[in-house]
Parts: sequence; C-alpha cells; structure tokens
Amino acid sequence: MRITVRINGDEHQADCWEGESLLFALREKLGFPGSKNACEQGECGSCSVLLDGALVCACLVLAAQADGHDVTTVEGLAEGETLHAVQQAFVDAGAVQCGFCTPGLVVATADLLQRNASPSDDEIREALSGNLCRCTGYAKIFDAVRLAAGKA
Amino acid sequence: MDVLTPRSLDEALQLKAEHPDAWPIQGGTDVMVALNFDRGRPATMLNLNEVQELRGWWRGDGSLRLGSGLTYAEIEHGELRTVLPALAEASRTVGSPQIRNRGTIGGNLATSSPAGDALPPLLIEDAVVECASVRGTREVPLGDFVTGVKRNALAADELITAVVVAPSGAAQTFMKIGPRNAMVIAVVSLAVSAGDELRASFGSASPKPVLVTAPRAEAAGFPAQVAGAATPIDDVRGTRAYRVHALEVLTRRALERVLA
Ligand SMILES: Cc1cc2nc3c(=O)[nH]c(=O)nc-3n(C[C@H](O)[C@H](O)[C@H](O)COP(=O)(O)OP(=O)(O)OC[C@H]3O[C@@H](n4cnc5c(N)ncnc54)[C@H](O)[C@@H]3O)c2cc1C
Ligand code: FES
Ligand code: FES
Repeated sequence: MRITVRINGDEHQADCWEGESLLFALREKLGFPGSKNACEQGECGSCSVLLDGALVCACLVLAAQADGHDVTTVEGLAEGETLHAVQQAFVDAGAVQCGFCTPGLVVATADLLQRNASPSDDEIREALSGNLCRCTGYAKIFDAVRLAAGKA
Repeated sequence: MDVLTPRSLDEALQLKAEHPDAWPIQGGTDVMVALNFDRGRPATMLNLNEVQELRGWWRGDGSLRLGSGLTYAEIEHGELRTVLPALAEASRTVGSPQIRNRGTIGGNLATSSPAGDALPPLLIEDAVVECASVRGTREVPLGDFVTGVKRNALAADELITAVVVAPSGAAQTFMKIGPRNAMVIAVVSLAVSAGDELRASFGSASPKPVLVTAPRAEAAGFPAQVAGAATPIDDVRGTRAYRVHALEVLTRRALERVLA
C-alpha cells in the first residue's frame, strides 16, 4: 500500500507492506534512518518520534496509521548545519557514548523542554523514563538536559 | 495483509461485520508487539485511529462516556484526574510517556490481561463496557466483560466503543508494585475506594477482575479480606505468596490514604 506522510515539514510517499511499522518505513523506505531500532517492543525509546506532535515509539505505530499525518524525526531538529539546542547540549555535556540511544533521547528531551522549559529533576526522570541507555549511566544525560534547559 | 481505515463508527462496524477475523488496532502498543515478533499475522487489520466517535470522553446524564480510544495521557493530564482519580493514578503508571500517548483504555480492555492497569480502578467505579456491532449496542458490566485470562465477552463482529461510568466521588487510590517506577507490568496492583462502603479490586492476582466490598465499619479486617479474595499464581514476576502478602500490606496503606 502507498502511504503519504509529512515528515519534518515535507510530504513523502512510500510503498509499504501493510504490517510494517512506521519505524521500518522511516528507516528502510523513506530515507530517515535517524530513529533507531533496538527492541521493537516499546521498551527502549530509541525509535522515539513525534506523531502529530505527540512523543511515540515509531516501532509501535503501524505505518498505515501514519498515512496523512505529521511526523517529526531527529533529522528534523537541526537547522541546516546548526544543531538543535538539545543536540548541542548532548555534545557539550558528553552525554553520548555509543550513540544508539541518542536520537530517541534527543527527541524526547526536545519534546519535554517544548512543554516545560525548566523541568525539575523528577520531571526529567519521568519524561525520559521510556528511553534506555546502556552506556552512560544517565548522569551525563541529566547534565545535558539541564544544560539545554539553561539551568546548568 | 489488508489495512482498513474507516472514517466513521458506522463504517467501522460495517467492516468488522464483513471481516470478523480482522484485528482492530488503536494505539498499537499490544498489537504491534505481536506483529513485530510475528506472534500473529492477521489477514486484515482494522485501524480505528480515524474514527472520531471513539476519541476523547464526554458527559451524559449523570455518567461519563470514555471513548475506547481515550489515551492514558489524556486521562492523566486532563480533568478526569479529579473525576476518576484512581484511574488517573493508574494511567500515570502505565509504561512510559511514549506508551501513554498511544495506549488506550479500549485496547487495555480488549487485551483483558490480568495485569491491565485500567481494570481495577474502573471496576471499583462499576464501569460498564459498551460493545457495538451492526446488530446493535449492548452494555456489559466490566466484571462480566472479562471472562478469563486474555478472554472477554466481545463477539467477533463487535467493537468496544466506550466505557460508561458514573463517578462515585468516593476517596480512592491506586497502587502498583514492580521493580521500577516506569515500564512495569504489575507484580500486583490495587485500587481502593471509601465511599458508602469500602471497595477494592486488584491486578495480577486473579484470572479476571474481582470486586471486594465491606462496610466502612469493617475497615480493620479489610486488608485480610482483600488478600483472601486473590487467587494469584507463581510466575516470572513474583510468587503467589508474595502477591497475597503484598495485597494485604497495600490495602492497609491504601486505607490510610482514603480514610484520612
Ligand atoms: C512498553 C510497554 C509497556 C506497557 N506497560 C503497560 C502497563 O504498565 N500497564 C498496562 O496495563 N499495560 C501496559 N502495556 C500494554 C498496553 O500498552 C495496554 O494494554 C494498552 O492499553 C493497549 O492499548 P492500545 O490502544 O495500544 O491497544 P492495541 O494494541 O491497539 O490493541 C490491543 C488489543 O485490543 C484490540 N482492540 C483495540 N481496540 C479495540 C476496540 N475498540 N474494540 C475491540 N477490540 C479492540 C486489539 O485488536 C488488540 O487485541 C504496555 C505495553 C508496552 C509495549
Ligand atoms: S525500538 Fe521502539 S521502543 Fe525500542
Ligand atoms: S550512549 Fe550507548 S546506549 Fe546510550
């Protein structure tokens, strides 16, 4: 089936197998490999994208459900060569090791800060509870979120 | 495989009648895991995301209709927080923000898992499940809707359209035990209210939801009564004995909250 999705502001079309996820379609059909596939069961958050402005796991959205809808991926955050404030903060704080969790965490953090410009530590913890990192132990990720929120 | 995407409830019911084997999909947080891991390969999927009649919630005369497509995020952040507080507390414990933005109460009910977090808080409020088909609509009390582990009273041509509930206004709370504060399938969960009588229902401790009630004057014996009504099993998440013990402790703590 053919789906039409507005990704990062531009309309894209792809031919999908009916049972495939939005994550698979983004990575394999639509040319947006930024969202990562780690668990395919909603546990890790590495595939986080915004669907009509809401943070979701792209692995749990049927590609056909995104037909006619808006998706923002990590590729949509930077302005040309200029990183998004959250991306820059992750670099500056050293919050990236292997980097596999980073796209999902960056999207989830951008979503948090857009709704709540100065979150408390507990609010950060709750907002990022669906994103797993196997490398950093989260301390530097916290530093990055506080840095991006202008509180560091 | 075919994906059918109806734009109205009438069309959705018509399609379900024509394709009784079709898998409905709302938030996809249960269905997509099954598809991604090849635990099922339906010939037809029925995508309900575009059916406006199933979204959100609204007030009827004396009762609320919660659309089957109502998400945990909508329950957790909106006015329902004060109207159905135990359901809102339960919603906040579901998965993660990503899961709560997509997962729906209709999906939770249809999955009919003993661990479904929406079930205990809805049962203590006497919720009724509205099941619709081209043949008509029927209202099934939640206690009768779930018939066993992952089994329910839904006919092949039916969809869950709403959950109808008349909020009791009773002091109420929800508690859940698991290894983390997020992303946890309940080892055991509990909803308790104190209105005209004491009411409790639990998750992960019986094949189908059970309602336990007692007069307010019998609060002292209620924790043991609740634990005694549970019929849990030993599994990977906990033992039978732990669950029974935990339910007694949780009920005592819940009563401290709701009788305060
Ligand atoms: C990472 C993760 C964490 C989770 N954590 C929790 C948790 O903490 N607590 C909890 O209770 N659950 C949890 N779940 C399970 C799931 O999120 C819930 O059961 C959720 O409510 C399912 O809703 P959905 O809209 O996503 O359902 P879907 O996946 O769309 O559907 C679920 C089932 O319901 C059927 N269905 C959907 N809508 C209808 C309808 N209108 N009429 C008839 N049948 C219908 C589908 O065919 C399917 O069988 C978790 C899942 C994941 C992936
Ligand atoms: S790949 Fe989607 S949550 Fe892990
Ligand atoms: S940096 Fe490796 S998983 Fe987070």
